Amino acid sequence: MNVDTSTINPLENEAIYIFREVAAQFENPVLLFSGGKDSITLVRLAQKAFYPAKIPFPLMHIDTGHNFPETIEFRDRLVQELGLNLIVRNVQESIDQGKVTEESGKYASRNRLQTTTLLDAIDEFKFDACIGGARRDEEKARAKERIFSVRDDFGQWDEKNQRPELFDMLNGQIELGQNVRVFPISNWTELDVWSYIEKENIEIPSIYFAHTRATFLRDGLIWSANDDVVYREDDETVEDRLVRFRTVGDMSCTAAVLSSASDIATVVEEIRASTLSERGARIDDKRSEAAMEKRKQQGYF
Amino acid sequence: MEVLKIATAGSVDDGKSTLIGRILYDTKSLTSDKIEAIEKTSQQKGYDYLDFSLATDGLVAEREQGITIDVAHIYFSTQKKSYIIADTPGHVEYTRNMVTGASTSQVAIILIDARKGVVDQTYRHFFISNLLRVKDIIVAINKMDLVDFSEEKYNAIKLDFEALMQKRDYKDQNITFIPVSALKGDNVVQKSEQTPWYTGQTLLEHLENLNKEDVYNEGTPRFPVQYVVRPKTDEFHDFRGYAGKVYGGQLSVGDEVVALPSKTKSKIKDIYFYDEKYQTASRRTSVTITLEDEINVSRGDMLVKANDLPKIEKQFTATISWMDSENLQTGSKYLLQHGVHKVLAKVDQIHHKINPDYSGNDTEVNALEMNDIALVSFKLNKPIYLDEFKKHRTNGSFILIDTQSNNTAGVGFIQ
Repeated sequence: MNVDTSTINPLENEAIYIFREVAAQFENPVLLFSGGKDSITLVRLAQKAFYPAKIPFPLMHIDTGHNFPETIEFRDRLVQELGLNLIVRNVQESIDQGKVTEESGKYASRNRLQTTTLLDAIDEFKFDACIGGARRDEEKARAKERIFSVRDDFGQWDEKNQRPELFDMLNGQIELGQNVRVFPISNWTELDVWSYIEKENIEIPSIYFAHTRATFLRDGLIWSANDDVVYREDDETVEDRLVRFRTVGDMSCTAAVLSSASDIATVVEEIRASTLSERGARIDDKRSEAAMEKRKQQGYF
Repeated sequence: MEVLKIATAGSVDDGKSTLIGRILYDTKSLTSDKIEAIEKTSQQKGYDYLDFSLATDGLVAEREQGITIDVAHIYFSTQKKSYIIADTPGHVEYTRNMVTGASTSQVAIILIDARKGVVDQTYRHFFISNLLRVKDIIVAINKMDLVDFSEEKYNAIKLDFEALMQKRDYKDQNITFIPVSALKGDNVVQKSEQTPWYTGQTLLEHLENLNKEDVYNEGTPRFPVQYVVRPKTDEFHDFRGYAGKVYGGQLSVGDEVVALPSKTKSKIKDIYFYDEKYQTASRRTSVTITLEDEINVSRGDMLVKANDLPKIEKQFTATISWMDSENLQTGSKYLLQHGVHKVLAKVDQIHHKINPDYSGNDTEVNALEMNDIALVSFKLNKPIYLDEFKKHRTNGSFILIDTQSNNTAGVGFIQ
């Protein structure tokens, strides 16, 4: 039997190569794990990169406290099954310490607050490389992101002064205090990720599949109503709808889509036919045309 | 599915962003919210057509200045292939971006404005695509709608470009000319009715019909060791695997190999991809190899076939494309990264600066500035295991890292 790029995805080969570069070039890497499909895919790719050895770095989850409970259950099960080392740091702690202030009002979200908790955790553990599941097709600021993206002492992204990446060569040289954000699935599209999950038969949290949920409408988007996290006005009426989520961010900034796709195959079919980009259901990007670019400059993941 | 990477090159206002936007639109790759954003902004600007350039211009800084700062990556797919476009700016000062984009691409699209024909920038774009040995070049003669789809005009530009082709080093490059109008959509995805005299394929048809063999030329097998896998578990107690990517030709179980630099011989015992064993590993696969004998191999070492060794050199000459704001000077020291292998390098001599316009006007210089291309000799503190760039695109290239700033300061193509 041959290993060749017609049977094994070239993007998968590229991602495995990147994981090995991280393990070889850095002393203290960490995989940022959100419980979403992209970070679950990263875990599978990391397993492949180092087999038969274990993944040689821990996972870290920055928990906003506003996650879907299904995601947290899934996270804990995955970590246990694979015998991985998981670090959790909470945004609530940063709020309690007075480092950040909770937003209020209709569009309140803890999404932006995560940055402070993340930067503190990088400092605490002295991580020199943070591996994340961001993809260039998600958003236009991400389209300009490098595979190895250097952040300064303040976690900031300098978009005009990025290192050129030539051929396969990844330059991970940094100074003490700097860190590198690493994006092994930079070149994957949303459909690539879903097709991979299907082909590899990877388990993902149940909220990615169609389920009946108490929801309400705002700005043409469908919001979850069966919890206290999402702020709701009195005149926003709650109704049961058959929905699923395309991304798993915070409940406060992730909208659902109407769907009857109940397994991976039907989800892949739906994505293929869909004309709404996945970030279209993320209110954090709709705030302004340059929302992501600004957050990235400040150290957002 | 096959993935094809495409670099784009054009001067300012040649309509590069519009071409990419057009491809995305006609292949139905733009999502409804993106089309909505494009419509909204086009309307605000008072255009009576859709401004597709807005599909790619990303950052606030760029929109303010109406330019493209850096390499952006754009994705689309058809039933047949996945495509990645590296959108590289056409400004004079941005040679480095085009070199970067072309380094990972198998295809380059060079845009020419039909009204202006072959200009100085065209020379540079062709020179760079040739220097980087991009296998397939599409010369898209754009804005044909503004010259009444004139066959005469098209032929005149083609003739000018063919004169340029006589001067190139890399003769195996396939070059295809296509008359297009990105704004109106002629011959991009759909065949134009305005150019009955053109019998060739549309731009997308051309890309769809390219075979892998047409676009890859990498030479003989080279296996740089990225990482040594040592599980130290009960089940895999003595397992010692060499993780890396296969470049060039393929490697098979039983192949006699030599480890460099030790020159110790052994045979390939097993080839793993994840938990499966395979007989053969083709180029560009990320595998883990175990050997019959216990020999000392670490990161940066290289496994090669015993009958096909690369050169083992401590000094060599290379064409350098300089990318840093700090100049390269004779005597300067850099960290040289050749694949995954890092050594210290000292600039021995700058032979001459090459004018990327085929004029043959090489100039004597003492230092290289950003965007300069030059022939430079180096001395290393330890040997590297190299091939000439023209024989091996991967094993014949390296980057130079500034030891102060840690920036990737330049790229080299070994002579």
